[in-house]
Amino acid sequence: MIRVVLPAHLRTLARVAGEVELGVAAPVTQRAVLDALEAAYPMLCGTIRDHGTLARRPFLRFFVCGEDWSHESPDKPLPDAIAQGTEPFFILGAIAGG
Amino acid sequence: MSGVRVLVGTRKGAFILTADGKRQKWDVSGPHFAGWEIYHVKGSPADPKRIYASQTSGWFGQIIQRSDDGGKMWHQPGTPPGEPTTAPDGSPKGESNKFVYDASAGSGKPLTTHQWYDGTQHPWEFKRVWHIEPSLTDPETAYAGVEDAAIFRTTDGGKTWHELAGLRGHGTGPKWQPGAGGMCLHTILLDRANPARIYIAISAAGAFRSDDNGKTWKPINQGLRSPYIPDPTAEIGHCVHRVALHPARPNVLFMQKHWDVMRSDDSGDTWREVSGNLPTDFGFVIDVHAHQPDTVFVVPIKSDSEHFPLEGALRVYRSRSGGNEWEPLTRGLPQRDCYVNVLRDAMCVDTFDPCGIYFGTTGGQVYCSADGGENWAPIVRDLPAVLSVEAQSLP
Repeated sequence: MIRVVLPAHLRTLARVAGEVELGVAAPVTQRAVLDALEAAYPMLCGTIRDHGTLARRPFLRFFVCGEDWSHESPDKPLPDAIAQGTEPFFILGAIAGG
Repeated sequence: MSGVRVLVGTRKGAFILTADGKRQKWDVSGPHFAGWEIYHVKGSPADPKRIYASQTSGWFGQIIQRSDDGGKMWHQPGTPPGEPTTAPDGSPKGESNKFVYDASAGSGKPLTTHQWYDGTQHPWEFKRVWHIEPSLTDPETAYAGVEDAAIFRTTDGGKTWHELAGLRGHGTGPKWQPGAGGMCLHTILLDRANPARIYIAISAAGAFRSDDNGKTWKPINQGLRSPYIPDPTAEIGHCVHRVALHPARPNVLFMQKHWDVMRSDDSGDTWREVSGNLPTDFGFVIDVHAHQPDTVFVVPIKSDSEHFPLEGALRVYRSRSGGNEWEPLTRGLPQRDCYVNVLRDAMCVDTFDPCGIYFGTTGGQVYCSADGGENWAPIVRDLPAVLSVEAQSLP
């Protein structure tokens, strides 16, 4: 299972308390993870990616095994640690605002 | 009527204030959607338990929330609590947050750009819902005014939203430009006597009217004068802050423009200034007494560069003559060291007799007058900055 860590506000929207676990068929990519996330939690549609273009929202970042994958191709395979569920896929909100 | 429910949208959540008809003792619930900007919360006139809310965030975008029990429980339309969040085929059910501009050829003249601050053309980009106006007769139908300016409609209780593209497509769209707060469609007025008629207003484009249920639109800005734009009497480009009408006399409109308080007696075809003796005619809010169509309320703000009351004294001004003659209402309002603003959607009236008037400030106060404006008292003092206030008179 793929593990996903959501920002607090999105956990509230999705009505989940901790990490989210998703079944994702290989190859496991950012796009596949986000597609599975939105399918399981449709209330998150549009909150991470634009409804139309599916572009990442500007104030969100994707972190994988300690690295910023926000600008990587959404179709690039994620590391085995993500695919095997030993490391979570982090979705983070920028620290900004008041 | 049994009581009143005041729906307050703030920078950090929504609050619901309830009282009986005396409007002296209030219960406060919230924050709902804590931490999110709540631009507007409004109940259905056809079903007071049905409430729509616009929940928005610079990080996470637009969420539409709905309550079917008067604000106790909320859900995103299409994903109610306790029901599966996906359709039987596994596909997402939730389309309620999806506001996609109509770019189809069938919509007439689909537009892709408007005027940017520097005069260049800029793509239309959806940012948020500023205002939700539920239908007067059908709880499942509501209109949404959005930034960048456009109007959307739902007929399924908020599950799906579709643009009334004739507004952007009628021809002047490339001349619209953002005000300082963005290019927002902030006012939607429905006409109970003429269900096909809709008024809207955009900052900074002006006011528009549809007489065919939103299919086609025309600008209604004749008589507005804005010396700070290249052509002060242009058909388009005026920074309208708010428009209000009395339900029993819907052909008479009152407008708080960037500067100037205006009145139209012909459904917006022509306007005349009624600022009269106001100490400053800059401001954001305007509303009409529930039982006296010629009694109008505004909150004068010092200027477009100093968004606070004159002399640090918070004063509502009331005209009983439909404009021009205004009197200050100060009893119970702070008359020194007050430097808050009152934003465009943050004033409303209830339908009790005597009429209740409400407004919220950027300092987090929500004030109520239960006697038509003579006496004021804060319901709450320390909320986050108030973006919108709407009152529901409960049966």
